[in-house]
Amino acid sequence: MTRTARIIKALRDTARLMVGVPSYDAYRAHMAAHHPDREPMSERTFFRNRQDARYGSAGGGRCC
Amino acid sequence: MTIIQKTGWAAMAALAAGALAVVATSRGEQINALWIVAAAISVYLIAYRFYARFIADRVLRIDPARTTPAHRRADGLDYVPTNRNILFGHHFAAIAGAGPLVGPVLAAQMGYLPGTLWILAGVVVAGAVQDFMILFISMRRDGRSLGELIRMEMGTIPGTIALFGAFMIMVIILAVLALIVVRALAESPWGLFTVAATIPLAMLMGAYTRWIRPGRVGEVSALGMIGLFAAIVFGANVAASPTLAPLFTYTPVQLCWILIGYGAVASVLPVWLLLAPRDYLSTFLKIGAIAALAIGIAIMAPPLRMPAVTVFAGGGGPVWSGSLFPFLFITIACGAVSGFHALIASGTTPKLIASEGDAPFIGYGAMLMESFVAIMALVGASILDPGIYFAMNSPAAVLGPDALSAAAAVTAMGFPIDAATLTQTARDVGEASIISRTGGAPTLAVAMAQIFSHVIGGKAMMAFWYHFAILFEALFILTAVDAGTRAGRFMLQDLLGLLVPRFRDTSAVAPGLVATALCVAAWGFFLYQGVTDPLGGVNTLWPLFGISNQMLAAIALTLATVVLFRMKQHRFAWVTIVPAAWLILCTTAAGLLKLFSADPKVGFLSHAAKYGDALSRGEVLAPAKSIGDMSRIVMNDRIDAGLCAIFLAVVAAILFYGIRTCIAARAVDRPTVSELPALAPAE
Repeated sequence: MTRTARIIKALRDTARLMVGVPSYDAYRAHMAAHHPDREPMSERTFFRNRQDARYGSAGGGRCC
Repeated sequence: MTIIQKTGWAAMAALAAGALAVVATSRGEQINALWIVAAAISVYLIAYRFYARFIADRVLRIDPARTTPAHRRADGLDYVPTNRNILFGHHFAAIAGAGPLVGPVLAAQMGYLPGTLWILAGVVVAGAVQDFMILFISMRRDGRSLGELIRMEMGTIPGTIALFGAFMIMVIILAVLALIVVRALAESPWGLFTVAATIPLAMLMGAYTRWIRPGRVGEVSALGMIGLFAAIVFGANVAASPTLAPLFTYTPVQLCWILIGYGAVASVLPVWLLLAPRDYLSTFLKIGAIAALAIGIAIMAPPLRMPAVTVFAGGGGPVWSGSLFPFLFITIACGAVSGFHALIASGTTPKLIASEGDAPFIGYGAMLMESFVAIMALVGASILDPGIYFAMNSPAAVLGPDALSAAAAVTAMGFPIDAATLTQTARDVGEASIISRTGGAPTLAVAMAQIFSHVIGGKAMMAFWYHFAILFEALFILTAVDAGTRAGRFMLQDLLGLLVPRFRDTSAVAPGLVATALCVAAWGFFLYQGVTDPLGGVNTLWPLFGISNQMLAAIALTLATVVLFRMKQHRFAWVTIVPAAWLILCTTAAGLLKLFSADPKVGFLSHAAKYGDALSRGEVLAPAKSIGDMSRIVMNDRIDAGLCAIFLAVVAAILFYGIRTCIAARAVDRPTVSELPALAPAE
């Protein structure tokens, strides 16, 4: 990856994590490394899963 | 450190001292806002380089080789080792909200100096220390939440008390935030239209991310932003239209009921439909507006027109009652120290930290950044003509019915202003009136409009920028009301579950609806009380919010002290004891004054007595208009007094358990903390 592409990816990841969506690539990498036997969630399911996790508990997470 | 580095830091220290000296010693002449900015930034850098590192290396003995929860329990979802810069953004977006913007604006009634000094001293010694230490404590315990941490280290009873305290804070925060929205949007068709437009806009975005392009947050947010700006522009036409304007013009009481209804409905809708997409808009708008404000202040370099210290530092101010000690220290909570952050620092962030070495940057650093937001808000309030500031922030009961009476009242306070200036300022920002627009948000919006229009668009764009600023504040407050009601519902179910186990089941429908209804009713009650309060409500609710928030900070710092004792690091316990003691002193003093002060403007009980006595004689005291008003005032006073008493009891109980645990930990000759072992096998 070029330097510019890396910076853009970092900014994109920052913006997405700000609203509670972690990196899908990192999830895929984790699943491939640790659970090769299990089928990872699709990007769409992953997104819905994270959306429900962010707002569906007491730790929803933002301040006044 | 090399010689060059030493020289550099010495120069930085000299700059900090010099800038602070300029800020602190100027009298009778206007100084430039950049002096405050320079003082703040150099104080932050020095504190981060030396104090945060001291806490990390000596007090907590941060160990970068130790496995963090993100590695130990890695699942690619909640536990993900994350780059420190990305995580900083996540943590900062979670802690920064309306608090650091509103508190400093209200505190400006005492002049810019007291607020500036407290924000700087508070963040370095208390706020950033608390955030960092709670993050550390949670990080060493699998990212557990504050309630669980207190239960683990101090016992079940203090854990439950703290949970209860956290719930009460949630209720007060939601009420006061909703009150700010009501004050900003009442009788303002332009403002209300733009905020209302975000509801259908967010729903369209929700449908887009659900079905059309799932997960494309960036795309949908960009589209949403375009819609948002279109709504601000079109809002001017709505306000000018004789048919549309009445549809968006409401009195505060009507808006109060609309908000309560909105809160009840929004918090049971599916999250993808309204909450999530609006969260995207409000988060990105917040970050963007904060960055733009910093750039704007740097370019404009405005002079501060508010005096360094006003006559109201001794008390008797119209914005909020009471003297500098203890009330300044509870009026500015967020930005100096905010207990609510202890919930965030023990939330998602500790589960994402890749290395313990990142904790000072994220915990201490992000709080310094929030403090800078507070400094900018204080600068914003202080660049306004003080006459405008007091005309906007004094209650209607003080200012009278129109611009003439308001100008006369504010001039009598010692801040000369004429009615024409007030009317003209309202016209510049596209509003019918700016008189008694309390709550801080409209004041900041006028300041932001001045700063932004200086950079882009000039006077012609001022009304646009004013409504942009109002939208920015209202949007993330509404998101907080929605998300906070949900979070409060889960907290309440947790608490009720202790009595009625059926409530524990968070997936069941009936307990969830009951808890949601209770939660909305609780904040709705305080909101209604604030809206109908003849003194404006901010006067009553903001101190309650400040007391409760600083109380939670005192609880968090007490937990940190206990952990230091149990780590056998008690020779460094002053790091947390000093701020904890200061906060306990401030909250207790403020709580006792709010309860027992003989001045009816400060003390709830003497206020209740004054109105109760008049009521028993059948008299109606201004600003009440009827016997019904009178008895409502008395009842509100008693409820507020009860709340104060509860807060005091919570602080006292936690202090008692904290001291007891520290003494017990001292008596043992080895560490007794319940940290996870350093070298647990990876998954």
